[in-house]
Amino acid sequence: MLKKRGDSRSRVNTEINAGSMADIAFLLLIFFLVTTTIEVDKGILVRLPPWSEEEPESADVQKRNLISVLVNANNDLLVNGEPEELSSLKDRITDFITNPTKSENKPKSPDKAIVSLQNDRGTNYDTYLTVYNELQRAYRELRDEEADKRFGTVFDNLTRDQKKEIIEVYPMKLSEAESTDFGEE
Amino acid sequence: MSKFSKKRSKSEPTVSTASLPDIIFMLLFFFMMVTVLRDATVKVEVIVPQATELTKLEKKSLVNYIYIGKPKEKADIVRYGNAPRIQLGDKFAEPTDIPLYMEQHRITVPEVQRPQITTSLRVDGKVTMGIVSDVKEQLRKSGQLKINYSARPRQGDLR
Repeated sequence: MLKKRGDSRSRVNTEINAGSMADIAFLLLIFFLVTTTIEVDKGILVRLPPWSEEEPESADVQKRNLISVLVNANNDLLVNGEPEELSSLKDRITDFITNPTKSENKPKSPDKAIVSLQNDRGTNYDTYLTVYNELQRAYRELRDEEADKRFGTVFDNLTRDQKKEIIEVYPMKLSEAESTDFGEE
Repeated sequence: MSKFSKKRSKSEPTVSTASLPDIIFMLLFFFMMVTVLRDATVKVEVIVPQATELTKLEKKSLVNYIYIGKPKEKADIVRYGNAPRIQLGDKFAEPTDIPLYMEQHRITVPEVQRPQITTSLRVDGKVTMGIVSDVKEQLRKSGQLKINYSARPRQGDLR
């Protein structure tokens, strides 16, 4: 009796029909295809200084260590009192930091250099970000060069300690002054 | 020769579709991974500037978005005018609304991860710095110091 029953069971095809599985998966696939926005969200990472109500102490900075970059409401650049073009800003900054001619008006060593950035309330955001980008690019290229000299690779591939070593040589000291309010917004 | 042809006609050639679901599932998982479900529709016009020194934003759950730009829709232009506006979440806001908005997000994040919270500023290139400075000041006041100026890779040379 038992044996007979078992026999009849084995004869029936007990497989689950997987044919509709593909349809279900397709449906989900199409849903995700439609909702997907392959959005690569990239940008310039910045750390803001913490807010304090008190006036910042005027740090004793030697004039030769400071390079000031001003951007006015007409999106013109003024670097240490002289007009400058966006396209040559990076080279100017690099030249200031490294001081290849050992000039008296430029810092003795790269780690002393301070970049001061000030914009107007009427400055275009586009221009502001381009200037910021050029400042970061100047430092990134210097760091890459130094990393290549010491470790034979670019800065991004270094270990944490190695990065620290390079940053000590080229620390990016950027000070952002409060925006001026001369131009029209 | 005839023997071969006979054999052939007997068997029915069918392509096995059993592996089709597997292939589809693989694609499905890929798209599920890369999908970012937008939680807010952007109501302002934002074309971010171009830049070269880009960093990728990592954990999406630790990122706040602030949009700044001109209102996109006609009804909003009528109500708010053509001047650039700030969008927080899915509505327009003033700079003074930012600290509360940031705090509301902050308390949903586990305490260990709170220092990693990043604010992504998606600002239109034509906006002037006045409104951006106001936003930056509010961010500093609310202790959100890690920000990311959203930008797209630069095509071609600088001007």
